[in-house]
Amino acid sequence: MEKKLIKIIIALILFVFSMVVKFENVWINNILFIISYIIVGFEIIRKALRNIIRGKIFDENFLMAVATIGAFGIGEYPEAVAVMLFYQIGELFQSYAVKKSRKSIASLMDIRPDYANVYRNEKEEKVSPNEVKIGETIIVKPGEKIPLDGIIFEGETTLDTKALTGESMPKEAMEGDEILSGCINLNGVIKVKVTKEFGESTVSKILDLVENASSKKSKSENFITKFAKYYTPIVVSIALFLAVLPPLFISNQSFSDWIYRALSFLVVSCPCALVISIPLSFFSGIGGASKMGILIKGSNYLEALSNVETIVFDKTGTLTKGIFEVQRVKPAGISEEELLKMAAYSEYYSNHPISKSIKKAYGKEIDEKQIIKTQELSGLGISARIGNQDVLIGNEKLMHKHQITFTKCNDIGTILYVAIEGKYAGYILIADKIKEDSKIAINELKKNNVKQTVMLTGDKKEVGESVSKELGIDKVYAELLPNGKVEKVEELLKEKSEKGKLAFVGDGINDSPALALADIGIAMGGLGADSSIEAADIVIMTDEPSKIIKAIKLSKRTMRIVKENIVFAIFIKIAVLILTALGVSTMWEAVFADVGVSIIAIINALRILKIKNIK
Amino acid sequence: MNNKFKIKGLDCANCASGLERAIQKIEGIKSANISFMAERMELEYDQNNEDEIIKKVKKVIKREEPDVTIEKI
Repeated sequence: MEKKLIKIIIALILFVFSMVVKFENVWINNILFIISYIIVGFEIIRKALRNIIRGKIFDENFLMAVATIGAFGIGEYPEAVAVMLFYQIGELFQSYAVKKSRKSIASLMDIRPDYANVYRNEKEEKVSPNEVKIGETIIVKPGEKIPLDGIIFEGETTLDTKALTGESMPKEAMEGDEILSGCINLNGVIKVKVTKEFGESTVSKILDLVENASSKKSKSENFITKFAKYYTPIVVSIALFLAVLPPLFISNQSFSDWIYRALSFLVVSCPCALVISIPLSFFSGIGGASKMGILIKGSNYLEALSNVETIVFDKTGTLTKGIFEVQRVKPAGISEEELLKMAAYSEYYSNHPISKSIKKAYGKEIDEKQIIKTQELSGLGISARIGNQDVLIGNEKLMHKHQITFTKCNDIGTILYVAIEGKYAGYILIADKIKEDSKIAINELKKNNVKQTVMLTGDKKEVGESVSKELGIDKVYAELLPNGKVEKVEELLKEKSEKGKLAFVGDGINDSPALALADIGIAMGGLGADSSIEAADIVIMTDEPSKIIKAIKLSKRTMRIVKENIVFAIFIKIAVLILTALGVSTMWEAVFADVGVSIIAIINALRILKIKNIK
Repeated sequence: MNNKFKIKGLDCANCASGLERAIQKIEGIKSANISFMAERMELEYDQNNEDEIIKKVKKVIKREEPDVTIEKI
């Protein structure tokens, strides 16, 4: 690249010099032009000759060679040099842009760990992550990348997950926590028990996904390659006719004039400028998205995302946190603290998610000696003796059964009524919490032309309706079995318009069939859930629904730029072709239609990389 | 099964699609996909004849784009 740049600069200086300083003897100027041409165009001529031998005539090296040598032939020296010179400048610029765009993905590739410090035979060994087996111990020091997925069993630290999630806040991790490969260990030394081989580790899966992203091509890409396939032969054939027919059949027409027009056609006929900006745009789009923690598996999905008409959400784990939390403690006659304590003690031996949430809410050490006995009453709750008190904790039925008068709570969620020594002591409301940004996400979707939002849930009707009402979701289907979700997605697919797309958003657990069935399957909280990375078309690494908005905005921006580039490039090319055929425009305009258009289109495409202004 | 290759030395996106078309025509190749941006090629073929097919692919590459090299990954 450096060498090419130097050649271009030298040739450019000679060219400008020869344009400005006019010698008495024109041949001095012409020789300067020829030297400049050879410096900048030798490589093209060499490739063109090589291709002629192989019978490849629509190759752009060949086209450029014919156009420029032809221009020399009819005495248009400056034009000949200019075409070659600007063509090479365009090429150089193009390779710079491609490199820059590739880098946006390469920075994501930085997450690939080079080595792992494995603990073997009581010694630390530095080995390739590939060689580490499940169950082995690895040591990760500050500043190192986590090479394999595992569980911390010694030490604590903070992790930088930015490369994976786009999240700039470091994450705390300590003993017992599961950690994912690809994160960077910031400050503590940790010992980790490996739970997955390298090939199965998060980092490998993500890299694989990103590296393969561009193999699924979008409609726009296919359109433009097809266009190029026919465009060049057609323009070249017209050029041939232009050079020969008018001078033969129309009187007073000189060959050199028409050959000049034909050569200009050849300059405009190069397809590359047109072709490059489209994959470049998509590649930049996918790169930009990955920086925000959104992995898109192909240009076709990025394209489809701009036409989303219906978004179907799974409720639990997607719009809600999927974790049961104590929402309210309402004591009657005793303190809040005391009520929670009695509940936590009674539920101590149970492993039900609801029991866990109560213990978590209580948050204090439990003195096992005070738990005299506990008994699970199937379908009712628990009866226990804590200290010297009898405790009943459970649903309405349990209270009725023991003829305890209580105040009924009509809120949505699971309600646990507590009675101490046969007397009502209050209730605890436990519910799944809606994610902080769910409401903003639904609201913004409407603003981004999504016509319909739908929520599917296996939960009770009241729960589903209360959540959808709070979020402002259009339609809700509750009490669905896993199969029912797939059926609903099928129905909705039939209802939507032909051009509009349906996206299904789930957390990847149990909903792979729906993810696969939808036009676009979006998996949330991709970190850690292997199945979702495989089943989905788009993986959102964090569990924020609002990232979907960012993805849609990025997709719309990409598609707008792609369309601008297609329309702009084709319009200018055809306009210049017509003007050239009429003899209005010259080879200089042809150079602009080739190189100028390509540079403008590339600059336009690179705008996609600026993800900072996507809010 | 998809076989992945790193493909280097492609000049432009149009050359990539030209090469892709040429490789698709090779007997024994079920599908070929070249991404210019990612410098990747994905080929689907009968694994039993792998050596022979790759030889043919390399021959086509040599004819179409002599500066291009491939490496299986």
